[in-house]
Amino acid sequence: MDATGAHDHVDLKKHVRTYLMVFGGLMVLTLVTVGVRYLHLPVVPAILLALAIAIVKGSLVACYFMHLISERKLILILMLATVFFFFGVLLGPVLTELNEINPAR
Amino acid sequence: MSSAIPYTVETRPDTGLNNVKLGIWIFLASEVMLFGSLFAGYILLRTGNPTWGKGSELLSVPLATLNTAVLITSSVTMVMAWVAAMERKLGKFRLYMGSTVALGAVFMVVKAFEYQAKFHHGAPPSYSTFMACYFTFTGLHALHVLGGMIINFYFGFPGAKMMATDPQQFANRVETAGLFWHFVDLVWIFLFPVLYLLNFQAPPA
Repeated sequence: MDATGAHDHVDLKKHVRTYLMVFGGLMVLTLVTVGVRYLHLPVVPAILLALAIAIVKGSLVACYFMHLISERKLILILMLATVFFFFGVLLGPVLTELNEINPAR
Repeated sequence: MSSAIPYTVETRPDTGLNNVKLGIWIFLASEVMLFGSLFAGYILLRTGNPTWGKGSELLSVPLATLNTAVLITSSVTMVMAWVAAMERKLGKFRLYMGSTVALGAVFMVVKAFEYQAKFHHGAPPSYSTFMACYFTFTGLHALHVLGGMIINFYFGFPGAKMMATDPQQFANRVETAGLFWHFVDLVWIFLFPVLYLLNFQAPPA
């Protein structure tokens, strides 16, 4: 998606078709994630399934709406580094408190 | 291209990108860390709390589902606005950009009704750890929606003059605003299950 005028008309038309397909996919997955709630799954599978659906939806947005799938390598490297540190921030505090966490939950 | 700021349109040879694109992605990386720290706090508070979820029964899943659909639709109108900017069609661009701003406003109105209902039921942020997390997450997210609406309104209306003078730079600006807007949508995609769908309240002892 560089600014060298690589987008001719046909190219943009193809983009639009992709966007509409992604839109449909996101809407269906939203209904699925709400529907799954009524299955009353146990805690762990319910969380894993809901997060898996959210990751698929988030990836669709990032790859297609944000053009990450056709983006330059530098940006992919930047985002991979961000994901790495994101998980560091996410899991670091939990791991340090592991002994204090109530095992019943 | 006589621009005071270099590489707004032309590609920088060493990065292979224009500076606008690299800049917005670095900003989004910092946003990931901002929300990441909140999610870390959420996990810690949740796993350490035997009475997690107090107040979650007051949340409206239908309203949140509606807001999810509104935000996803606004992401599509945003990307269509970018296509119109690339095609240099001002009327079509304004229609899609106006729709994006309007859908953002719908999201905020629904959110305002939700907030009002919580306060009405006596569940402000101080009600429980869950409600504190709920208001912190959704409040920060709503500020992002508001910020995105202001940017999109500016590019959609007063700022759209640039399409006539410098169309490629303008399309880049729209793409940048779009990247921010899609990021805001992406955050909501995670907030929706985390706050609304995954609360398993322990039965009262």
